[in-house]
Amino acid sequence: MSAANPTTVTLTPVVPRAAVTARTASSKRRRGPAPARIAAFVILAVLATAWLVPVLWAVLTSFKTEAEAAAMPVTIVPDGGFTVAAYVKVLSEGLVPRWAWNSFITSAAVTLITVTISALAGYALSRLRFAGRTMLITLIVASIMIPGQILIVPLFHLMLNLNMVDTYWGIILPQVVAAPMVFILKKFFDQIPFELEEAALMDGASRFRILRSIVLPLSKPILGAVSIFVFIGAWNNFLWPFIVVNDSNLMTLPTGLQTVISAYGIQYAQNMAQAVLAALPLIIVFMFFQRQIIKGIATTGIAGT
Amino acid sequence: MTTADGLAAPPRGVRPADHLSVGRSRRRRADNLRGWLYCAPFLLAFGLFLIWPTFYGLWMSFTGTSLAGTNTQFVGLDNWTEALGDPQVWSSLVNTAWFTLLSTIPLVLVAMFLAVLVNIGLPGQWFWRLSFFMPFLLASTVVSQFWNWMYNPQLGLINTFLGWFGITGPAWLQDPNTAMIAVVITTVWWTIGFNFLLYLAALQNIPDQLYEAASLDGAGGWRKFLSITLPQLAPTTVLVLVLQMLASLKVFDQIYQMTGGGPGGTTRPVLLYIYEVGFTGYRLGYASAISYIFFFMIIIVSIAYMVIASRRSVKA
Repeated sequence: MSAANPTTVTLTPVVPRAAVTARTASSKRRRGPAPARIAAFVILAVLATAWLVPVLWAVLTSFKTEAEAAAMPVTIVPDGGFTVAAYVKVLSEGLVPRWAWNSFITSAAVTLITVTISALAGYALSRLRFAGRTMLITLIVASIMIPGQILIVPLFHLMLNLNMVDTYWGIILPQVVAAPMVFILKKFFDQIPFELEEAALMDGASRFRILRSIVLPLSKPILGAVSIFVFIGAWNNFLWPFIVVNDSNLMTLPTGLQTVISAYGIQYAQNMAQAVLAALPLIIVFMFFQRQIIKGIATTGIAGT
Repeated sequence: MTTADGLAAPPRGVRPADHLSVGRSRRRRADNLRGWLYCAPFLLAFGLFLIWPTFYGLWMSFTGTSLAGTNTQFVGLDNWTEALGDPQVWSSLVNTAWFTLLSTIPLVLVAMFLAVLVNIGLPGQWFWRLSFFMPFLLASTVVSQFWNWMYNPQLGLINTFLGWFGITGPAWLQDPNTAMIAVVITTVWWTIGFNFLLYLAALQNIPDQLYEAASLDGAGGWRKFLSITLPQLAPTTVLVLVLQMLASLKVFDQIYQMTGGGPGGTTRPVLLYIYEVGFTGYRLGYASAISYIFFFMIIIVSIAYMVIASRRSVKA
């Protein structure tokens, strides 16, 4: 099996690649006449500016003093220059670092558990012919239709009984059920040529070893895509953490920020500083992994929404 | 060369056939157990946090359960008849439908427009993608903070901008005439990146030959757009349309954070009403009944999509 491996590895189904190679071709093709291109460029530039303005305006405000942020004839650049006072205040007094940590821990746990249990189930549904398999697939696919939001009432009741209200586990566990991800992984495993595993089985390798040392390494692209999608979803989830956590020390960034809107009232510079700080981690991650994130969202997002 | 290949691959062919089939049947029996074992962790979570609440919620809708868990006696269809006669339920359902209509149209059309423009291949590709897609990565609370500030009646950038042209802007989020529009604008800004990406991927999958053939026939840019690009995007449009409708029907975050459903309930979607009934009114049983009415709406949209999608695949 070891000899057969290297040649077949290159045949791994790497689905999203096609989109990347197609891009270079497409940029060459639809070259219209020059005036049309200039018009398109101007329209795009105007729209992109419009899209960036709310973010830039928030960033500008966050670097003003409270007095200047609330000054009546609105100024773009404040007379007294910019200041980081709002950030200092927010970071020294507020709970933003604590919330960021909570968000990170819970999102990382959700991602790890979701990917593990979904990959195990996806592999079984793809490769093992067991009684009840077809029924399970139907059940899992049908469950995608159930909107998680309608479950908040019974789920909260369940969490009360499990003593998980106001705990990390209370935030994490209900988020690890991702039927679409099981389905996506199953479909990916389906595309991996079975001969690879057949050979390993003949050599007496256990199913679990095959999964770990053949199937999972071949599935890195899809595992990455699923992880990114799940992590972003958990990081930004508002409704469930908002329902299950009341203790401000256990809040995630989105829910913690919500309490501040009402508490701070008219501290505009500090409000904006908190929002910018909350937005920063994912934006930085996005800058570094733009291609992978876009690819991941495009491939998993369709079934994931 | 051939001998080297032969040496490299022996183990597969060497085993006798009967040996193989015995191994297979034993493996099949083991697979029965193993299949359920591998699915077990997922099924445990799936059963506990999805299937059980789905049925438990349905049961709760027939009881008078309160948040404290008391008063769990069976009340039959009381919650359901009350919900169907509750004007608040109806107005929140109408608001949800109205929000869905107002947000879905631009979120499909503008996304397609942006993707077509970006796909022309103008310089600055990464910048366009970043601008239109980045908001999608922001948490709802961040988005709401940014836009609450944009909509601020006196200090907000929008009314300042209108002021330069001598227009006195409304108090966007506090005015019943503009609150819904304001929330829709924010939603379009926030979530368009996803649909934009789906359209971009679809555009890149249109075969070049189609455009080349059209050029040979003397078709202009507009003609090519109408008779190649648009029809080729049709399947994506159906998909985007349905995903967007489902997402819009589930609106909660930004409305809760920006208007709280106000002014006077004019922006309150059904999920917000469920939240209010269940978690501030402590009536879990009644909230469950409304949840299920909403669930049926979602199911109808999903089934409608599956019918359309299956018809499409039959045609193809």
